[in-house]
Amino acid sequence: MAKNNEFVKFDKVDKSYDGKVLVVKDLNLDIAEGEFITMLGPSGSGKTTCLMMLAGFETPTNGEIYLDGNPISNIPPHKRGIGMVFQNYALFPHMTVYENLAFPLKVRKFSKDETDKKVEKALSMVSLSDFGSRMPAQLSGGQQQRVAVARALVFDPAVVLMDEPLGALDKNLRESMQYEIKHIHESIGVTVVYVTHDQSEALTMSNRIAVFNDGKVQQLSSPDKLYEEPVNSFVAEFIGENNTFQGEVVDISQDKCKIKLDSGNEILANPIRVKSKGEKSIVSLRPERAIIDPDEKMDNKFKGKIEEVIYHGDHTRVRLDLLGNKEFILKVPNSSARMDIKLGNEIKIGWNSFDARALDPK
Amino acid sequence: MSSETQKILTTDGIPLEVSLKKAEKKNKIKAFLLVCPLLLFIIITYIFPIGEMFSRSIDDRMITNMLPKTFKAMETWDGKELPPEEVFASFLADFRVLAENKEHGKLGQRLNKEKNGFNTILKKLWRKMKKFEEGNAKEQIMEIHKRFRDVKYWQAIKRTAPPYTMAKYLKGMDMYYDEDGNVVQVEEDRRIHRILWLRTLEVAFFVTLFCFLMGYPIAHLLATLPMKYSNLLMICVLLPFWTSLLVRTASWMILLQQQGIVNDFFVFIGLVADDNRPEMMYNKTGTYVAMTQILLPFMVLPLYSVMKTISPSLMRAGKSLGGTPFVTFWKIYFPLTIPGIGAGCLLVFILAIGYYITPALVGGASGTLISNQIAYHMKATLDWSFASAMGLMLLTGVLVVYWIYNKLVGIDNIKLG
Repeated sequence: MAKNNEFVKFDKVDKSYDGKVLVVKDLNLDIAEGEFITMLGPSGSGKTTCLMMLAGFETPTNGEIYLDGNPISNIPPHKRGIGMVFQNYALFPHMTVYENLAFPLKVRKFSKDETDKKVEKALSMVSLSDFGSRMPAQLSGGQQQRVAVARALVFDPAVVLMDEPLGALDKNLRESMQYEIKHIHESIGVTVVYVTHDQSEALTMSNRIAVFNDGKVQQLSSPDKLYEEPVNSFVAEFIGENNTFQGEVVDISQDKCKIKLDSGNEILANPIRVKSKGEKSIVSLRPERAIIDPDEKMDNKFKGKIEEVIYHGDHTRVRLDLLGNKEFILKVPNSSARMDIKLGNEIKIGWNSFDARALDPK
Repeated sequence: MSSETQKILTTDGIPLEVSLKKAEKKNKIKAFLLVCPLLLFIIITYIFPIGEMFSRSIDDRMITNMLPKTFKAMETWDGKELPPEEVFASFLADFRVLAENKEHGKLGQRLNKEKNGFNTILKKLWRKMKKFEEGNAKEQIMEIHKRFRDVKYWQAIKRTAPPYTMAKYLKGMDMYYDEDGNVVQVEEDRRIHRILWLRTLEVAFFVTLFCFLMGYPIAHLLATLPMKYSNLLMICVLLPFWTSLLVRTASWMILLQQQGIVNDFFVFIGLVADDNRPEMMYNKTGTYVAMTQILLPFMVLPLYSVMKTISPSLMRAGKSLGGTPFVTFWKIYFPLTIPGIGAGCLLVFILAIGYYITPALVGGASGTLISNQIAYHMKATLDWSFASAMGLMLLTGVLVVYWIYNKLVGIDNIKLG
């Protein structure tokens, strides 16, 4: 089967609830068949609205959504054949686990044997084979969550939507569920659209991540690219930890630019979103890309004063006063070599200009 | 295991259970004292009156007190043949005491209810007994009238011996004890109470049904609308609660009477002829309409509070899994509202079954209910024991409904919020 790269397609979709504010603006998004795509963003960024439009509970104000080439805006939710896992699981409390899973099959008029077989298969997929006769209230949060996943998959939908399904679980359970969902996705190859505001969840699970802010997709790329190469300052700050410097471009060439900071110092950076002299910019640098006692090849070398040392076991976080930025964070791996990290000491810091990304000024 | 747990001691060496009881004793006393006023209130205003009502409804001590010696003598009589001399002598002695207190007339009336003809022969006895000689009471009494020689009359007296009677309850079901002490039904054209019971059940059932049919969509709307609209709607639902019952009933009278607004409207749109206006009041229709409106909030509120707890994502889940809106409603939403339906229906039914003022005002002759009959006997005929008996029958009916509900749905399935 040829892979369809436009299996789900948002085409110039706008959405407004009150006719005054657009919660989704001109959304264009293609989702490939079998892909695990995550919509990531702060609350109110429009990601859940997009999911609801895809599920059919909200209609686009403008534009069209295509599923496997067919426009679906006028198809009611129950005819779309899209599975959905809800934030609070939405298991039917008056039905047993078996009945919950059999519901989508019964409304599709499957025979009793087929229903039994499919339910059994779906339950074993989430390792809950013996729980068919339990009521949802008799299950733990993680088990309920797995039942919800099994129910969304039991009728072999083409697309499964997940709306922050792990939000109510504790940290350990959430992590193991992340792997479990990822493995289920890999084994059955269903297209998954996953909504979350938890970036580590998104980075762990997805093939691609769409970062939402203010009703727009800020960046759509694979997790590693998203982290390593954020295209604007929102993404850089939203994903992972980030050190920033504000300044103005004073010199620019093909792959390097010189930024004059507000404190007067000048640093070299990688011009991503700046094009000419005089532009304002925010320079973003991941904490782990700056190192202590830089070697000679590095083109950014400065001295900073240690303001705070926080012990984290495997590494130590050091807050520096560097080039006028008192919130400069440095991650130092735990090793016996670095015993001079003490409050008030001055240390040498350096990084490659390639890792310092000069982005838009917000 | 229990013997092991008993051995657990606190650090002071006191058994744990004893220590726990001691620690909780104060709280228990405090809790009891807090509920005490309410408990007393319920006992005084609820349990006690019901007990009083019950004793009044079966009380038949008047005659027992009138003929103490006779009933004592009758204890050994088998009741098949004429009683022995001893009974006659005791009866004569009792009757003489009554005659002295001028209460013999009451006895005649009471016994006449038991068997026709008692009044006449007792009056005769009263006249003749002054000339009686000492002793041999049996012969002298039997001389007076042939009815004294009829064993049935003596059996009738014996029947009145117990200090209680179920006669009032039988009357409430249009039955009575005939002269031979058998339970028989009254003639068909006089069976008024049975009609009233059935009508009460019918009205209560249909009012409950109408309330449910109208209340369910309203409650659903209330539970799903955004707050600012649902508050307004809630006020509309509750407004009748804040209006006096009499005012509401009176406004229905204005609306429903033959020259009323609703009829005027029907004539105006040409639905009915002006000289053929339908009667919508002083019959069952009026009772239905007014009672449904008045009892509607009792249906809406429990339904609303239950629906409020049903997560909207359940309906969405049902639809996303492929259920049509109807299937989703019927298989998912409706079953989850059953506790509210149970609570609402039970509440409305129980209130409707004993409803008094509305049927009294708009019911007319064909729309009055059993409660109006009870009030009639309380106020007009002053037959309080009969009113008590019917009141208790009503109470029993309600308890039966409750019991059936418990069997069918389960009482813990009721939810008021």
